[in-house]
Amino acid sequence: MAALHEEPAEVAAVQPDPEAGTPPPPPAVPPAAAPAAAPAAAAEGEAAGAGGDAAPPKPAAPGPAASPAALDRQTLVAVLQFLRRSNLRESEEILRREARLLGDDLGAAALSPSSAGLLGGSGSDADAGEALLGRGTGAAAVAIGGNVAVATSSPGVAAVASVPPGKVGGAVVVEDQPDVSAVLSAYNQQGDPTLYEEYYSGLKHFIECSLDCHRAELSQLFYPLFVHMYLELVYNQHESEAKSFFERFHGDQECYYQDDLRVLSSLTKKEHMKGNETMLDFRTSKFVLRISRDSYQLLKRHLQEKQNNQIWNIVQEHLYIDIFDGMPRSKQQIDAMVGSLAGEAKREANKAKVFFGLLKEPEFDVPLDDEDEEGENEEGKPKKKKPKKDNVGSKSKKQDPNAPPQNRIPLPELKDSDKLDKVMNMKEAARRVRLGPECLPSICFYTFLNAYQGLTAVDITDDSSMIVGGFADSTVRVWSVTPKKLRSVKTAADLSLIDKESDDVLERIMDEKTASELKILYGHSGPVYGTSFSPDRNYLLSCSEDGTVRLWSLQTFTCLVGYKGHNYPVWDTQFSPYGYYFVSGGHDRVARLWATDHYQPLRIFAGHLADVTCTRFHPNSNYIATGSADRTIRLWDVLNGNCVRIFTGHKGPIHSLAFSPNGRFLATGATDGRVLLWDIGHGLMVGELKGHTDTIYALRFSRDGEILASGSMDNTVRLWDAVKAFEDLETDDFTTATGHINLPENSQDLLLGTYMTKSTPVVHLHFTRRNLLLAAGAYSSQ
Amino acid sequence: MAEREERRFVELPRDSVRLMAESAGVELSDEVAALLAEDVCYRLREATQNSSQFLKHTRRRRLTVEDFNRALRWSNVEAVCGCGSQDSLPFRPLRDSDLFFPEDREVNLLELALATNIPKGCAETAVRVHVSYLDGKGNLEPQGAVPSAVSSLSDDLLKYYQHVTRAVLGDDPQLMKVALQDLQSNPKIAALLPYFVYVVSGVKSVSHDLEQLSRLLQLARSLLQNPFLCLGSYVGSLMGSVLYCVLEPLAASINPLNDHWTLRDYAALLLGRIFWSHGELVRGLYQQILLSLQKVLADPARPLCSHYGAVVGLHALGWKAVERVLYPHLPTYWPNLQAVLDDYSVSNAQVKADGHKVYGAILVAVERLLKAKAQQAPGFGGPEGSPRHSPPGQDPSPELGLGRPLIPGGSGTAASSSSSSSSPPPPSLRDMYRELYDFFGDSLAVRFGTGAPADPPSPPGTSEGARKEPPAEGAARKMPQLTNATVSPRDEEPPPPPRPERPPLHRSPGPPAPAPRDPRTPSGHRPGARDVFQKCRFAPRGPPRFSFVIAGRQTGRRCPGRRFQTSFPQPPGAALGSRYAQRLPMIGRTARAPRRWPRAEYSLLLLL
Repeated sequence: MAALHEEPAEVAAVQPDPEAGTPPPPPAVPPAAAPAAAPAAAAEGEAAGAGGDAAPPKPAAPGPAASPAALDRQTLVAVLQFLRRSNLRESEEILRREARLLGDDLGAAALSPSSAGLLGGSGSDADAGEALLGRGTGAAAVAIGGNVAVATSSPGVAAVASVPPGKVGGAVVVEDQPDVSAVLSAYNQQGDPTLYEEYYSGLKHFIECSLDCHRAELSQLFYPLFVHMYLELVYNQHESEAKSFFERFHGDQECYYQDDLRVLSSLTKKEHMKGNETMLDFRTSKFVLRISRDSYQLLKRHLQEKQNNQIWNIVQEHLYIDIFDGMPRSKQQIDAMVGSLAGEAKREANKAKVFFGLLKEPEFDVPLDDEDEEGENEEGKPKKKKPKKDNVGSKSKKQDPNAPPQNRIPLPELKDSDKLDKVMNMKEAARRVRLGPECLPSICFYTFLNAYQGLTAVDITDDSSMIVGGFADSTVRVWSVTPKKLRSVKTAADLSLIDKESDDVLERIMDEKTASELKILYGHSGPVYGTSFSPDRNYLLSCSEDGTVRLWSLQTFTCLVGYKGHNYPVWDTQFSPYGYYFVSGGHDRVARLWATDHYQPLRIFAGHLADVTCTRFHPNSNYIATGSADRTIRLWDVLNGNCVRIFTGHKGPIHSLAFSPNGRFLATGATDGRVLLWDIGHGLMVGELKGHTDTIYALRFSRDGEILASGSMDNTVRLWDAVKAFEDLETDDFTTATGHINLPENSQDLLLGTYMTKSTPVVHLHFTRRNLLLAAGAYSSQ
Repeated sequence: MAEREERRFVELPRDSVRLMAESAGVELSDEVAALLAEDVCYRLREATQNSSQFLKHTRRRRLTVEDFNRALRWSNVEAVCGCGSQDSLPFRPLRDSDLFFPEDREVNLLELALATNIPKGCAETAVRVHVSYLDGKGNLEPQGAVPSAVSSLSDDLLKYYQHVTRAVLGDDPQLMKVALQDLQSNPKIAALLPYFVYVVSGVKSVSHDLEQLSRLLQLARSLLQNPFLCLGSYVGSLMGSVLYCVLEPLAASINPLNDHWTLRDYAALLLGRIFWSHGELVRGLYQQILLSLQKVLADPARPLCSHYGAVVGLHALGWKAVERVLYPHLPTYWPNLQAVLDDYSVSNAQVKADGHKVYGAILVAVERLLKAKAQQAPGFGGPEGSPRHSPPGQDPSPELGLGRPLIPGGSGTAASSSSSSSSPPPPSLRDMYRELYDFFGDSLAVRFGTGAPADPPSPPGTSEGARKEPPAEGAARKMPQLTNATVSPRDEEPPPPPRPERPPLHRSPGPPAPAPRDPRTPSGHRPGARDVFQKCRFAPRGPPRFSFVIAGRQTGRRCPGRRFQTSFPQPPGAALGSRYAQRLPMIGRTARAPRRWPRAEYSLLLLL
């Protein structure tokens, strides 16, 4: 175990070099990853890369302009500097020797964010040894593991370097210093502080007097302008002016920005800006506004007439105005889409093609006989099953036109036990209840008693045989919810005595003495925020405040691996629907893709401006959705690490995600008590479900996707008519092209039922294979 | 979005900062202190904001010290220790100064170490599952749970409710008695009535448990007796629960050792009581009950115990109910019963025993009918033999529609205050007796007309002293006269005629049990009665043991007469006479039931 616990920082430093791995089967991967990496890398992400048309790149980024040679050198220096800080003397020495760099160069080198961003492209061959070592440990990996590992792309590395500013103090804080000042330098040019209020109120007057159709659009400017002007005042140390500016105008802002305003209001000194994360988010990313061309022209003309340079500068430098042709949007349309930390998503961000279809189900050609034997064991009638299986096979033979190529992501081969489980699943599915508005599911509630307010995460196996709870006291507790008790495998000494040829060897290896209803897994040193069973029920993942993700064996009930890399609290983790891969997301604002047999992440998905609070795999395992405290949802391509969708519209941190079983839709729940529905293919919001009064912690579609269940902190489970919500969607070309949506106010029609618990917040929801709804939560006495 | 109150943050005064600096041995200028104070405020706010994130991920609503400490730790600040307690820390002011400090009491470790009340530790975390919503509908209350609305009651009432229900359904008989007594007299429990009615309706879920059933019935009885309660529409609900006990083939009756008969008797009694005392509260209640009883009786698919319940139920409702439902139904019912009784196969033994129960119940009922009729016969001037609960001469039947024909279509001559005119074709007493005699043969005669000989003068002690039959008082007064007058037309009866002060329970049990309640006519009626019962075949004989023929034959009907010979067993010290009513108090003491069988109430009980 200990051997696997590498220095976490090393993960960042070690560059996965293209040639180190086994021959990469998807040849597109390494080349594709490299160019994509650079722009996505820096914390400002897309803003820097795609924002070229609206505003020039920020002045503080000399990197791109430098010659390639200087650039390389700069990068190397940066890497060396990083290694030294991370106390990786040996690596540093090696690298230095290879690069023939002198030590004193380091002192001069400044690590600017842009250089960090480009760091990925150069790749550091020097660390090949390290990387190989990594592979070596993972030698047991199946071939696919190696292949994917190759693709570990640089954005993650960059993200680690630049993302968690001001959190760990010490070395990193030092690193922050140039970073922040570079970012803030934009504020250096200042106007007369006393005129700020005048500027703002002048613009306000102009907007309020403009035509109705433009007013709604232009009103979007208020919030970002307000924030930036306030920060400029603060940065230039006009404290009293800043305070009065805030006093006077903060009431004009939309209510969903309140949380951010509260943070801002406490920020009155330049010194404080350095460590403030919310403030940094504002600086490092451009606030995106979508405005029609007419409104934009109006604004531009006004600002030029008034010679209002102060505001014009801010618009130029800190805002990204996404101009579209056509009718201006209504206030309602705008309100539906805004609310995130950095404005709306740009239209380009959601243009990429997404293969949202399901993978073809593997056919059981070869193991047909095996299954029949199994079937015989269970029912004694193997004949009956053949036609059924054929049916299933024929159904899955139809290739979904939207599905990704079958081997786009290498998936583990099915084991015999997996096949058996699939057969069981099909059998259960045949007895599944057809749900609908007239036929609502029964609800069973698993109440955690005596949890002393400590239940933080719950998961239930797909076959509903086990339930796991993660607790604030660092324990992970697994219960069997069937009469079958949990048993662990015998000790090695005892195992050697077993007759390995016997038919019931699988039964014999289990130690009857250990049978119990509950197993407690100790190992974490902080609250366990996320848990996930592997699809084959052999493993369990848990992630915790201590920064690690742990893999537990459900055969021995011991910890197998501790995956280190996040370094900060890990908020969520989930196994891929096909096993082997898993994703984790945490306070360091990145999500990581791992394979169980690699102690380093395969992908690092960086781009969120705040904590990644929840992570979910797409049913076809090719995509990962992450919800964040920056109030956006992003969809990432597992293959190349690109962000392919950004969904904005929530007004609070996102705490739950659920893909529809057909892979077309995504449902998200947030602290604002709303559930939003998204069409993944078109990248559009398609529904809004209002009703909950508190954070939604659990979302789940029924097995056939007819019902969406949501569970919340307000002690209710609500059922929604998913079929109706997704039918006759407006997906004509115009809507798709502009992203303008008109959401019908039909939450009440879609709400099929509200079910109260006595006093138990709903933390987890699960549909059994027969569509019985299981809910779980800890009873809280208040 | 309009103007919002500026949220004032807590601000540390610079004095505090200076004070802290002084305690650390640093001298600060005003300026520095002010700056530091501001900075500290900012840091505190930042830490608070960060801690809320931990709160959200722990899925809690309340921010804890732990959350705050986590935020501090992640910003590389030392955590604050010693504030993790659940209890709030009281702040104390220091007198004559602006200094406040948290109270920090000294802990006596020695005491703590030697303490005997060692805390047990926390209960183990556990998962419990229950079906909350079935098919998306309805919240299934866990059995025995307090109905959710109870929580809206005042605490005192809630406590009372919990204690009473616990006492009534609990194991302690003494406690139960106290609780029931209080229920009978407590004037303040009106608000709880719906909940108690709800509890009583729990009979349907405990039909396997005679003990619980009888407890619930007693609870119902206490409610009925409480003069301060206005039952209103809850009568219907109570009635439903009681009827359930009377009529349903309870799960408990599967086991022949369970004395569910007693329970049915008691429930029937309660039925009568509800009807007589609260019947006016619900319109058409009487009709409704009669209909349901009739339906059960007419349904041959029902088990015999249900039929038994129907018969005793009718009996409890008074002789008019018997006349209107049982009497006309007898000819159709008889063949079924007879078939059961005539089947001597071993497999039928149990059913046959049940059949005898029914037989006995019918017998008692019709005898009562006859007696009532006899008293009404012309020449009987006194107060008619009204059912036991109604005060003499005050028959509630007219206003209750008692007289109205049960079956719609019959003539509605209900207005008559005299019950004799109620039934459309009131058969003459003579006809009725004749017909009944065809069914019952001599047993009717023996028990009715010539009961005396069959009964040895039983010592008062033999009859159950514990007779709890609530309405006994009313009947008791008239009892002695009846005994002497009606039941012993001839003078051979051992007890001397005038014994007016004797309470019925100590009376010789000569006539069948219902007799006590039956026509309590003054002695003057004797001749008439004797006329009617002249058909008795057997001359009374002295010895208590004898055998005779029960020859039920139905002339003119296709059923063959029922002929068998039996001899009454003479249990030691037990009276032969029916102790139908006297058994009632035995409710709940099911364990004794089997022992009591030999001397059970009905004369025709056969020992199997």
